[in-house]
Amino acid sequence: MLSVRQTRLAWLLVLPTLLVVALVAGYPLAQVFYYSFFKADIAFVEQPEFVGFENYLFLLRDPDFRQAFWNTLQFTFWSVGLETILGLAIALIVHSNFKGRGLVRTAILIPWAIPTVVSAKMWQWMLNDIYGVVNVIGTKLGILSTKVAFLANPNLVLPAIIAVDVWKATPFMALLLLAGLQLIPSDIYEAADIDGASKWQQFWTLTLPLLTPALVVALIFRTLDALRVFDVIFVMTGVNTATKSLAVYNRQTLIDFQDLGYGSAVSVAILVIIMVFVVLYMRFVGGVGRND
Amino acid sequence: MTKGLWLVVRRVLFYALVVFVVVYSVFPFYWAVISSFKPSDALFSSNPSFVPIPFTLSQYENVFSGAAFGRNLVNSLIVAGFATLISLVLGVLSAYALGRLRFPPRNAVLYIVLAMTMFPQVSVLSGMFVLLRQLDLFNTYGGLIFSYLLFTLPFTIWVLTGYFRGLPRELEEAAYVDGATPMQTLIRVMLPLTGPGLVTTGLLAFIQAWNEYLFALTFTIGNQAKTVPVAIASFGGATPFEIPWGSIMAASVIVTVPLVIMVLVFQQRIVAGLTAGAVKG
Repeated sequence: MLSVRQTRLAWLLVLPTLLVVALVAGYPLAQVFYYSFFKADIAFVEQPEFVGFENYLFLLRDPDFRQAFWNTLQFTFWSVGLETILGLAIALIVHSNFKGRGLVRTAILIPWAIPTVVSAKMWQWMLNDIYGVVNVIGTKLGILSTKVAFLANPNLVLPAIIAVDVWKATPFMALLLLAGLQLIPSDIYEAADIDGASKWQQFWTLTLPLLTPALVVALIFRTLDALRVFDVIFVMTGVNTATKSLAVYNRQTLIDFQDLGYGSAVSVAILVIIMVFVVLYMRFVGGVGRND
Repeated sequence: MTKGLWLVVRRVLFYALVVFVVVYSVFPFYWAVISSFKPSDALFSSNPSFVPIPFTLSQYENVFSGAAFGRNLVNSLIVAGFATLISLVLGVLSAYALGRLRFPPRNAVLYIVLAMTMFPQVSVLSGMFVLLRQLDLFNTYGGLIFSYLLFTLPFTIWVLTGYFRGLPRELEEAAYVDGATPMQTLIRVMLPLTGPGLVTTGLLAFIQAWNEYLFALTFTIGNQAKTVPVAIASFGGATPFEIPWGSIMAASVIVTVPLVIMVLVFQQRIVAGLTAGAVKG
């Protein structure tokens, strides 16, 4: 009796959420799929015209799409890779016992708390080619022989943006990994000490394997974030070909080119790419689970 | 003797690393704060000082006198505030059902929620654009609040479901024995217990909405509904060579200081909430 009433109440409680989800996600997504098969402009100046798979066929040979995809992959690989290594190092530092540990934990929260747009602007100022503090310190210490226009040099601009993202996102990585480290019981290290294992051996044979679940979750979150990157790139360099990501290119097709049909096809492509990554990771996680 | 020396060296190296991590994390924000208090001639110097001397508040005056930055701040507060409020109300109801009640399609709903948190915002950009036009919500608070539910709602449901699941069963059973209905149990017994969770979740949802850029950039024109991230990103001088860095830094500090203070005050809970949202997957 109670359970029937519970189920009815549960439906009632979930219903408003389901309606909102259908409206903010379901309906727009359906529109995106629908218009990806049409030739249409976003202001509907002309009547949309059904063109079948033409948008998708164009996408396959669109050099701008290919460039944006490549930029996104490079950005994702380098930023997530560096964030993982630095995040792990910081997590290990904060996890060890020393005076001022709380201060370090507080300090690393600051980059996380700063809005992405603000962090992009801050770094744009710091990387300024004449008055930027990076150039000032770099030339004073002799690391840079002359002042460098980081954001105007096509070879340096993507690495510079990756560095900004690493600064901003490493704390999140470190916090997730720290939570993982705190779940590892400390007595296994005592046992390893007694057995005479060095700290280095303990890290590779105990810490890293036991941390793998937390590491995989953190990697998934950061990879999905990096694949859809928009803010930091658009604020720092706009639609510059050397840096524009899939999301930046997608907005450009939709808003700057007003191309609702092709832009929608790009949106679907991004969705598919992200789904492929999710499936790959899920299979990998499944593999990790089976090994236990 | 050499062993003692080695320990000292190791200690020194370790603390050098610690100092490096702290400076790396804090210095860029420190530099933004310093820059916001410098007059323009000190700002554009090839030998800038690392303390705010000479000191001025003129950059802050520029921010509020020049563009409609005050209006942008109010817009951001309204949009992020309502998106958070609506998400919390809907989120609590759903999370209670998903975490506590007998609800057969529970896993299906949770999968939808999880999928939405991984969803690229840009993938619904065109559909949302068309929908907001159809609903006559383009360039309004309503339109931004509505579109922000796309990410604030699934986030709140996901985290709050975790909180509800973590509560002890005995309390609920005691309430039922006393003849309370499930709805009364939610409001009188469960909700007060999730108070801290609600604060943290609300705070994190608010930060997400406050920082959002893509939708705000695409769904607003002019200053009527424009939020601060868009305003800061588009702060410009008369020509590309006259970027008003001092004012941009002042605006950045205004937007960021409340966030940094909130994060530092609630840091224990935020870390717990973040990891709960991510790790319980």
